Amino acid sequence: MTIAEVPQTETMVTLTIDGAAVTVPEGSTVLDACSAAGIDTPTLCYAENLTPVNACRVCVVEQEGSRTLVPSCSRQAEPDMEIKTDTERVRHSRKMVLEFLGSGVDLSQADQLHGWMDHYGAEPDRYGSDAIRINEDVKIQDSLYIRDYDKCVLCYKCVEACGDDAQMTFAIAVSGRGFDARISTEFDVTLPDSACVYCGNCVGVCPTGAIQFKTEYDLREADDWRPEEQSVTQTVCSYCGVGCNLELHVQDEKIVKVTSPADHSVTHGHLCIKGRFGWTYVQPTIERRP
Amino acid sequence: MFGAGGGTVSYKEIEETDVILLWGSNAREAHPIFFHHLMQGLQNGARMYAVDPRRTSSAKFADLWLGLELGSDVALANTVANYIVNNDLHNKAFIEHSTSGFDAYVDSLAEYTLERGEELTGVPAAAIAEMARTYATAETAQILWTLGITEHHNAVDNVLALCNLALLTGHVGRWGSGLVPLRGQNNVQGGGDMGALPNKLPGFQNVSDPDHRAKFEAVYGRPIPPEEGLHLTLMFEAMERGEITAAYVIGENPADSEADIAHARKLLRGLDLLVVQDIFLTRTAELADVVLPASVGWAECEGTVTSSERRVQRVRAAVPPPGLARHDQDILRDLAHAMGYVEWGNPSSEDLWEELRSLSPMHGGMTYARLESESGLQWPCPDLDHPGSPFLHGWLWEDDLGGRAGAPFSPVVAQGPKEELTEEFPLRLTTGRALDSYNTGVQSGSMESPIRYGNALDMNPADADRLQLSDGETVKVTSPRGTVDMPIRIQPDIPVGLTFTTFHFPELVDTNLLTNDAWDKRSGTAEFKAAAIRVDKLVGAAS
Repeated sequence: MTIAEVPQTETMVTLTIDGAAVTVPEGSTVLDACSAAGIDTPTLCYAENLTPVNACRVCVVEQEGSRTLVPSCSRQAEPDMEIKTDTERVRHSRKMVLEFLGSGVDLSQADQLHGWMDHYGAEPDRYGSDAIRINEDVKIQDSLYIRDYDKCVLCYKCVEACGDDAQMTFAIAVSGRGFDARISTEFDVTLPDSACVYCGNCVGVCPTGAIQFKTEYDLREADDWRPEEQSVTQTVCSYCGVGCNLELHVQDEKIVKVTSPADHSVTHGHLCIKGRFGWTYVQPTIERRP
Repeated sequence: MFGAGGGTVSYKEIEETDVILLWGSNAREAHPIFFHHLMQGLQNGARMYAVDPRRTSSAKFADLWLGLELGSDVALANTVANYIVNNDLHNKAFIEHSTSGFDAYVDSLAEYTLERGEELTGVPAAAIAEMARTYATAETAQILWTLGITEHHNAVDNVLALCNLALLTGHVGRWGSGLVPLRGQNNVQGGGDMGALPNKLPGFQNVSDPDHRAKFEAVYGRPIPPEEGLHLTLMFEAMERGEITAAYVIGENPADSEADIAHARKLLRGLDLLVVQDIFLTRTAELADVVLPASVGWAECEGTVTSSERRVQRVRAAVPPPGLARHDQDILRDLAHAMGYVEWGNPSSEDLWEELRSLSPMHGGMTYARLESESGLQWPCPDLDHPGSPFLHGWLWEDDLGGRAGAPFSPVVAQGPKEELTEEFPLRLTTGRALDSYNTGVQSGSMESPIRYGNALDMNPADADRLQLSDGETVKVTSPRGTVDMPIRIQPDIPVGLTFTTFHFPELVDTNLLTNDAWDKRSGTAEFKAAAIRVDKLVGAAS
């Protein structure tokens, strides 16, 4: 009889990025290879805990022999591939993508993009103030989430997290076409009336603040959201025995948000309603701040 | 099982397994993030059978739902086993090499033919046969269970019946295959690992073993009583006999959580001294002579907890405790000092963990630094070079079992629920959890939830029709032990004759006034899953 071992796969692939050889495990993406080479790449619709959907095109790179630029987040690294990440063509394309996204959408809370917009000199305002906007009220339908579709870039991350990448609830999807396309519940019913189970995994992956925890929204509205002063402590959820890792975001000695590390083997960044919102009992009900 | 109490597999394995038997578990709601791993397994092609009297939200993900009669789990497992043996689908090499007691086990299965199985369980014979064949012939397969197996008067028989199936087919001790009791609390595994069991010292070392005791006595500098202690249910019986007159309750709310709660509260009130250490003034704390306010373990303290896959992970203080609340270990230290045990000193959480590492071989390699850098470690992890153990019982597959006896088959006999249905109490009541709430609501009660429906009695439309009840109507629910008023919720997913409720809101609906405290002498767990009830219209109520 033989002992069944834990399966191991470690075939390596070597490619060239910006003239230097990079070796990564088979199955890695070009983006993984860029990261391994210490090259920072802008991303928006990509998340390490979701299947790439190739929606935003901000991570494109030039591949030798390819007519078009390729999305690095989904293109698999292949032996002898030649990749260039900082050519004029790449820089120009990334700048245009950021400008198109920013011209019709409120990116004020898309923190991960602000540095890249400066880097590539993107000026969304040059498309004029009449660039198309949704211009609708923030949807506040319950005590846990808000939805502000003026901030939505249709990156599909929330749909993926709600659907077959994690939660399998399928409460939201893209409805409509073209300029009318937007994320919606079935028949646009309110979230409490939809299939939503309030795991918050859509909020966890949203890169622009279009879906937001109510706690964060309220603090932002009160001009009191101060991420630079927040501490983040990793601990374990107090409910069932699965052992989900929580990151407690604390401001003024109060928990203001709960996330989970995307690279943890237990959660892959995803939580349930109890882990995400079940911390309220820790907090004194009396407001501590004067 | 087979010596150490813990699930035999890692979560990752269910993503790669071929067949899943989800038995008495609604993991979709009770263990949602584990269910993410399970659903990845389904996407990767696993076939799932859900065994549950209710067609739960988990069962809706299954290829086949086996809606057995409540409490007929042993009958179903034995029928599956009988089918496997009769069709020559058992793993003969594994049985011969790695198990013992096979012949007696086979003899015990004789009466559980498919026909008899269908009669006892209400599950069609074809469905039983399909599950048996698929499980037995799979390359890898897992059986998962939770309280649907263990909250019965014959809980241990239920668990043994499932372990027998794994031994019969060799579905244990290999990557992808195993036996998985999902844990209901964030550190119920760790509590057992740390020796919070009446017969164990930390690391599942035996109180009855003089060598094990000597090891601890050398460090503690005190003799350790050789007698095994009492588990919770036996403690209540000892209170009843007047043998226990004082209780120190830490982080438990038995005045809400015990079955036949009126009786349990009476016993707690009758104590000479009740000390309660908790983060809230729970119903139990309200009965106490002394209340010691504790801080929140996972957000205000340093320490570790252990999960269902035996992963030890760090918890950390993120916020300061309110008012006079203090870390449990500081309260215990001060008590020890007050009792004259000054050698306790003033250890930090890490100091205590280092002592544990020196005494419990299965934790030997788990330093705080490693727990931090390796995102937790799975026991056993005996030394600093050991990577931790993704699955248990690999030794069953080694050519040389190292002098160990094989894993034993345990013949078990089917018994129904203790409380039979009568003309007076014709409906079956079972209890469980809802996605957005937790146990007696001490933690989850203050959480706002848009999907909360409160405590309602789920009932099949046919039963509601017969009793002339409408959805949402408040009714009187009576068991041989008590009566509560609660609304009904008409649910097509619950079979005729069965009702279901949670116990998350004891201040609104005292569900455990109804539940049966008949319990398993071996596990100490009461039969929360099966009571007999009657449902009556409220007299004079406008419906």
